[in-house]
Amino acid sequence: MTDWLGPAEWQAVRLSLWVAFVATLFSLPLAVAAAMALARGQFWGRQALNGLVHLPLILPPVVTGYLLLLAFGRRGPLGGFLEETFGLVFAFRWTGAALAAGVMAFPLMVRAIRLAVEAVDPKLEEAAATLGASRVQVFLTVTLPLILPGILAGAILAFAKAMGEFGATITFVSNIPGETQTLPSAIYAFLQVPGGDAAAWRLVIVSIVIAMGALVASEVMARRVGHRVAGR
Amino acid sequence: MSVSVQLAHDFGGFDLDIAFETPGGVTALFGRSGAGKTSVINAMAGLLRPDTGRIAVADDVLIDTSRAVFVPPHRRRVGYVFQDARLFPHLSVRQNLAYGARFAAKGDGPGLERIADMLGIAPLLDRRIGALSGGERQRVAIGRALLSRPRILLLDEPLAALDNARKAELLPYLERLAGETGLPILYVSHSVSEVARLANTLVILEGGRVVRAGPVSKVFSDPASAPMLGVREAGAILPARVVAHAGDGLTELAVSGGALFLPRLAAAPGAMVRLRLQAQDVMLALARPEGISALNVLPVTITRLQPGEGPGIMVALRSGEDALLARITRRSAEALGLHEGMELFAVLKSVAPAQGDVGAAV
Repeated sequence: MTDWLGPAEWQAVRLSLWVAFVATLFSLPLAVAAAMALARGQFWGRQALNGLVHLPLILPPVVTGYLLLLAFGRRGPLGGFLEETFGLVFAFRWTGAALAAGVMAFPLMVRAIRLAVEAVDPKLEEAAATLGASRVQVFLTVTLPLILPGILAGAILAFAKAMGEFGATITFVSNIPGETQTLPSAIYAFLQVPGGDAAAWRLVIVSIVIAMGALVASEVMARRVGHRVAGR
Repeated sequence: MSVSVQLAHDFGGFDLDIAFETPGGVTALFGRSGAGKTSVINAMAGLLRPDTGRIAVADDVLIDTSRAVFVPPHRRRVGYVFQDARLFPHLSVRQNLAYGARFAAKGDGPGLERIADMLGIAPLLDRRIGALSGGERQRVAIGRALLSRPRILLLDEPLAALDNARKAELLPYLERLAGETGLPILYVSHSVSEVARLANTLVILEGGRVVRAGPVSKVFSDPASAPMLGVREAGAILPARVVAHAGDGLTELAVSGGALFLPRLAAAPGAMVRLRLQAQDVMLALARPEGISALNVLPVTITRLQPGEGPGIMVALRSGEDALLARITRRSAEALGLHEGMELFAVLKSVAPAQGDVGAAV
């Protein structure tokens, strides 16, 4: 297996998995909060939040990447602040690749979790409250367990999306082997050089396997939400 | 523990304006669907925030809009048994019951196993919720509410989903519960026989208003309540004492106006039981009837005549200290020359005090 992929190819696969993992992990709590707010919240600006969450899905990825560069570049307002305060640098680092992947995958994750939240009967949460559970306890003991399969489905989908993110990543953090060269960037790079087709093809196959696996896993999870909510 | 409720809420198209007080025990909220019964207990549980109102259980104020008091639902300690059970689908029966106890106040009380035994759900403890019948779900919901050590129990038509056999099994348990724990119970129902059997206090709602409230025997024997309860269901409730079990299978009971004989009751001599005499099962006679198969005849005095719509007339009667109700035709009333203050005899068809309508101790 190790012989099948060259060291440069392995590096791209490993980096992609790591970037996608970090992107998924950090966007998960935010996505749960956003999904809860969108499904249940009744506040001014709900539509605006909905638009903002979905923006990366609709905008050309290059635009998202460019906006990230403006905001999180070392001279950008957020980038400068984060570097000074936490020593966190995004520009041309793998962290930037994770940020770009996370932002691009965020809408998919929120949509999956939101569907799960909407399938939960709020009457169950009322019942929990009458039994003495506070709002936080209701969320932790009733809502969260019921939407857990939805959260997993969203995470898997987001992970796959993050693995394949290209446009925003290359615009924001470029294509640096070992640092920001993820799977799609590597495929793109191999295709630019003569004789790189074979390596590119191998990575294409890896991409297809990961994507298919994620899709199947996500479907299975989504089905389990239905079962859980029905008490089977 | 007394409960006082005063509420006003505009639902937009339907407005609720309700006030009643109960001395505790079992209070039935009776009315057609859409009368506002469930809204009242939702407000008690804190699931409905009324425009204005005040609700207090004993000295604990749960809500008082004039003083901006609103205790959140999870601090109210109400045991709410919903009409649709609302069990948690991701938990087993045992876990659902345990959930009730999870946030409960500390103290002694029947544990999970004991409650499960009492409600007949012990064999179901390891089942998933999806594998339960409607009646089983309801019993688990009652158990879950009881395990939360509530200060007041709110039952929203808990027996509506049960078959008659289960109903008959659960009713005595609910009666015992009310009697032994002194737990005030607010019981939403549209079944007159359930109300007659369980309630001490009756509140009748119609279109978001209280149209009758008071001790159940008083409301039931008031001829003006008859249209609200339904003329077929109307009738008096009276306490009776078991005197003796006769050898021929009958039980002799003493009511304040005389003696009654019923097919054998389970209650021991000396026990108090509650009898329901439906108005349509009471006949009136000017003289003590002779040569008649009916065993139960009580001397009575007419206190009021209330003509209804149609051919019927409700006759309010006094028998000793109890009030009775008879529904006869207007034609008969005229033929007999009935008037207030008249003394005559009430013939209770022997089928009237049916076993199923005889409640345990009042």
